[in-house]
Amino acid sequence: MEGIVPEEHQTGGSAGHADPLLRVANVSKVFGGQVTALRGMSLDLGEGDFVSLLGPSGCGKSTALRLIAGLTHPTSGQIRWRAGTEPDLGVVFQEPTLAPWSTVFGNVWLPLRLRGISKAAAKDQVEEVIASVGLAGFEGAYPRELSGGMKMRVSIARAMVTRPKLLLMDEPFAALDEITRFKLNNDVLALQQRLGCTVIFVTHSVFESVFLSSRIVVMAARPGRVVHDMPNDAPYPRDEGFRTSHDYVERCRAVSAALRDAMEHGAGHEEH
Amino acid sequence: MAETALSAPAADAAPEIDLDELKRMRQRRNERIGAWALPVIVVALTLLGWDWIVRANEIPHYILPGPGRVAESLYEDWSILFSALMVTLKVTTMALFTAVVLGVGLAILFSLSKWIEMSLFPYAVILQVTPIVSIAPLIFIYVDSKLAGLLICAWIVAFFPILSNTTLGLNSADHNLRDLFRIYGATRWQTLRHLQIPSAMPYFLAGLKIAGGLSLIGAVVAEYVAGTGGVGSGLAFRILEASYRLNIPRMFAALLLIAVTGVLIFALMSLINHLALRKWHESAVSRER
Repeated sequence: MEGIVPEEHQTGGSAGHADPLLRVANVSKVFGGQVTALRGMSLDLGEGDFVSLLGPSGCGKSTALRLIAGLTHPTSGQIRWRAGTEPDLGVVFQEPTLAPWSTVFGNVWLPLRLRGISKAAAKDQVEEVIASVGLAGFEGAYPRELSGGMKMRVSIARAMVTRPKLLLMDEPFAALDEITRFKLNNDVLALQQRLGCTVIFVTHSVFESVFLSSRIVVMAARPGRVVHDMPNDAPYPRDEGFRTSHDYVERCRAVSAALRDAMEHGAGHEEH
Repeated sequence: MAETALSAPAADAAPEIDLDELKRMRQRRNERIGAWALPVIVVALTLLGWDWIVRANEIPHYILPGPGRVAESLYEDWSILFSALMVTLKVTTMALFTAVVLGVGLAILFSLSKWIEMSLFPYAVILQVTPIVSIAPLIFIYVDSKLAGLLICAWIVAFFPILSNTTLGLNSADHNLRDLFRIYGATRWQTLRHLQIPSAMPYFLAGLKIAGGLSLIGAVVAEYVAGTGGVGSGLAFRILEASYRLNIPRMFAALLLIAVTGVLIFALMSLINHLALRKWHESAVSRER
């Protein structure tokens, strides 16, 4: 239980990564010269970390993700990949965001296709990753023929097909029913453990963040910023047993308290 | 009472077809039959009514010919009408083809460069809003070849729906998918090929449906304006010519050919639309219930 005690956020993120995969250094993003979406965010991502960004809407979680994805640039501060590492990431959006004119195979093939890999050359890799999200046999199906959960699995398969070092997930399961969400949480965790990639997972669910992550970054809104950076050291693999354990409940309680603190007194914790 | 009597054996029978289901099946069957039977019946009644009015009032054929007389004219004048139809059809298809090539090409150019779009779009709109009958005489002054003149007129009419729909379609790609393409470092060409063009397909095909009919209208209207006869003249000229000669049955026969051609073009475009989209687009996917 020791590891879950909320600690004041410190510049530089939680300790320990001498050579982080990705370093977010004091990054701010201001839109239109007046709306501060994110202020002074610092975060070091180690290889294999599963980091949840947890906070109310408007806290800059999604902005942080877009900055890391390179879709927008920081107003100040820096985002640096480890020296000698090319930016290498996969993204899962809140919506499955599949191409409706393409089959499951075509959608998962897309990232490889954009790198010039032919259908024949990609076939094994694509089929393997489709099977790994439990959709073997659905390669020829069109998105409209799939349920919401299955579409999300295709979306995950597409993000994983390039074997990215970093996987960004932007509230991917928010629109799904709870049963499907639990199942997908289990599967994503198993997949991440197997492949050993680093994950940044944006969520507004305390339970999801505690179940999945090795570290929980609690954010506050107006302006968006990090208020707590909490390690979550419950041992992996985590399964249904963990979800119903006393330990899990206690951890959820601690994170909820941190989130409440962020929402009520967030302004008092401002540092930058 | 009736319900209880019916539900008891239904529970025993293996295939679960309840009353609702039965009603729906009956309704669906009736609709299927009605879909072709009703139009046929209505057309037949119209022809009979038409024929009766002409006979009962003893209307002379140079005012209003009966349907039999029109059919006769269609048969007797077939060689004249058919060659005229071929001319009109040629202008129509060439105009449509040119409209597709230039419309799609320009739309792609627009999507590649906002500057080009801002510069050229006003001209596309001006061409669209100016009635073709008012531009046509000028075109026939400056263009020597009659065929080329007709083609330009028909093209002007058919071009705009393709351009505007395709432009809209190319810009309507899902923005998250756009982000995804950016993250994977897709080139401009890859984004066009794998994202924008597929997104634009339903829009383009809707434009094509409109343009198909418009290119026929354009071809006919242009010929009215051109007004020259001779060997290579189309259906519109044959109608004009027949009206001068008070050959009303032939006018009807030519009109009938134009209408049938228009319907066939529309049916063909709808078929293309269906074949291209049936696998994935909501508009073309058949649904249960």
